[in-house]
Amino acid sequence: MSGGVGEQAAVGPAIEALGIINRFGSQTVHDGLDMSVVPGEVFGIVGGSGSGKSVLLRTILGLHRPQGGEVRFFGTDLTRLSDRELRAVKAQYGVTFQAGALFSSLTVLQNVQLPMIEHLQLPPRALDELAMLKVRLVGLPAEAAWKFPAQLSGGMVKRAALARALALDPRLLFLDEPTSGLDPIGAASFDELVMGLQRELALTIVMITHDLDSIFRTCNRVGVIVDRKMVSGTLAEIAENPHPWIQSYFHGDRARRFEVSHGA
Amino acid sequence: MHLRSALSGSVLQLSVEDDWTASTLPLIAPQLDALEFAGLDGLEIDAARAATIDLSGAWLLHDLSSRAEANGLAVVWTGGAPPPTVALVDGTLGTGKGPDFIRPAAAEFRPITAIGRTVVERWAGLQDGLAFTGEAAVRMLRGIPWVKSWRLISVARHVYETGIKAIPIVALIAFLISVILAYMSAEQLMKFGADIFVVDLITIAVLREMGVLLTAIIVAGRSGSAFAAEIGAMKLNEETDALRAIGISPMEVLVLPRVIGLVIALPLLTVVADAVGILGGALLCYSLLDMPFVQYFQRVHETVGAWTFWVGIIKAPVFALLIAGAGAYRGMQVRGSSRELGRLTTMAVVQAIFLVILANAMFAVLFMEMGI
Repeated sequence: MSGGVGEQAAVGPAIEALGIINRFGSQTVHDGLDMSVVPGEVFGIVGGSGSGKSVLLRTILGLHRPQGGEVRFFGTDLTRLSDRELRAVKAQYGVTFQAGALFSSLTVLQNVQLPMIEHLQLPPRALDELAMLKVRLVGLPAEAAWKFPAQLSGGMVKRAALARALALDPRLLFLDEPTSGLDPIGAASFDELVMGLQRELALTIVMITHDLDSIFRTCNRVGVIVDRKMVSGTLAEIAENPHPWIQSYFHGDRARRFEVSHGA
Repeated sequence: MHLRSALSGSVLQLSVEDDWTASTLPLIAPQLDALEFAGLDGLEIDAARAATIDLSGAWLLHDLSSRAEANGLAVVWTGGAPPPTVALVDGTLGTGKGPDFIRPAAAEFRPITAIGRTVVERWAGLQDGLAFTGEAAVRMLRGIPWVKSWRLISVARHVYETGIKAIPIVALIAFLISVILAYMSAEQLMKFGADIFVVDLITIAVLREMGVLLTAIIVAGRSGSAFAAEIGAMKLNEETDALRAIGISPMEVLVLPRVIGLVIALPLLTVVADAVGILGGALLCYSLLDMPFVQYFQRVHETVGAWTFWVGIIKAPVFALLIAGAGAYRGMQVRGSSRELGRLTTMAVVQAIFLVILANAMFAVLFMEMGI
């Protein structure tokens, strides 16, 4: 199974969304949105509030069926899969949600083990040790594994959520505002962690973020949702785009300091 | 075939092949566990021919080399450096040591400490409850002179939510209770030809006890839980902190309107329950005992004393206070996680029902002593 998908990964894009249409009542959120993510890159999704970033993420994850268009993971169209087939696809990606979405009745270790128990048949010792490995890998101390989510700080919740996203050794990682609510130093070290993992594990990462620091630090390419469609390209290309929203996003007061330090 | 092993002198040579991933781990782990290190002094691992080694596969290799080193074997990676994922696992967990998986020991059970802790916790809980009751009372008394602080719209909403909307279920339960009473008593009393006393039994039981008690229990399940869950969710969402920051007391806008609303609604619901119970009795007596409606109501009229109806109704506001108090109090105690919310909502309902029944027993004794 993984062999077949792996061969395609070498050629085509890792994720491809074509002509996505999402409507809620009379409100059209996406109208023929295209997006393509190359294997091994970090792709940032940017857009104003209400521009449908989260809906797009839910669509790509197969949690929401779009009114039109298709989503391909390594060539397989998600929108046409049965629930059973979708389950197999879901084992290939990891997601972190905005507020962590850790299961509050389980310890951090059990949170990481849950997807493993659900999708893999692991011997008990491997289950424990692998979960602990993921916990340690995201920079949490071993003691944190026994704590409940309510006992963790905001930064630790984000890390624990990342550990759970890595539970099944996915090749694709989706991060929904991974650094929101963290202080700049915490955000920087989280970005560093993500970049380190991306390099070492050859992950493909799609992240939604508002954090300009984060975008400049991590993203190879950026997709901006404007006028219900997506404009994507490298940071330099996007910064050249004449669209007023993009201009004010990348060249507003907030962004000015980056023009100095990054020459964008 | 994921693993090929060969013995060269006292050195075990392992060749790692194919995919070493989370999904192939269950196949590979038993093969590795079966390896014997006794009498060997070297382990050579060659991972050059492996297709994919993800973190799970890398952990297997890490675990293997740790175990080998623990047995005194020198581990050598032939065919190039260890794969990057293995290096990552080694870096994260450290090499050389055995498994570092230590579960925190469960706290030792000390009976005296446990009793002491329970006493202290219960005492603190009692103080908390008293403080809550006191604050609610003070807020209410202080608010009386200011019409604005009565929160009339909010109170009206709670009267509607807890009272008007509960009428169908309360009426249905009251009817079913009168059915049970009528059937039970009719069968016994008909043996003595004392059919007419079925009416007495239904009237007194419904008006004095059953009407108000069952209404209170339904309302405890319906509204006590809703109070706890609503207020608890608001606490989790930091809405109560937001109220305090604006300078509004959560006690005043969240707790008191609910308490007052229920104190108004529960007596009214009790009247509905009483009426439906009596009417249900009429229907049952007509069908079971062929008793005409006129005779039934005449008997009801004779049975009902000056206090029969009021004994039931007087209890309703007290029950309402207990139900709303328990619900709101437990809701205000929620902090931390959604698990707490569930635990405290359950506790609110159980306590509300317990308190209602306890208070009912105390009322029974009180009315007996008073001779009514």
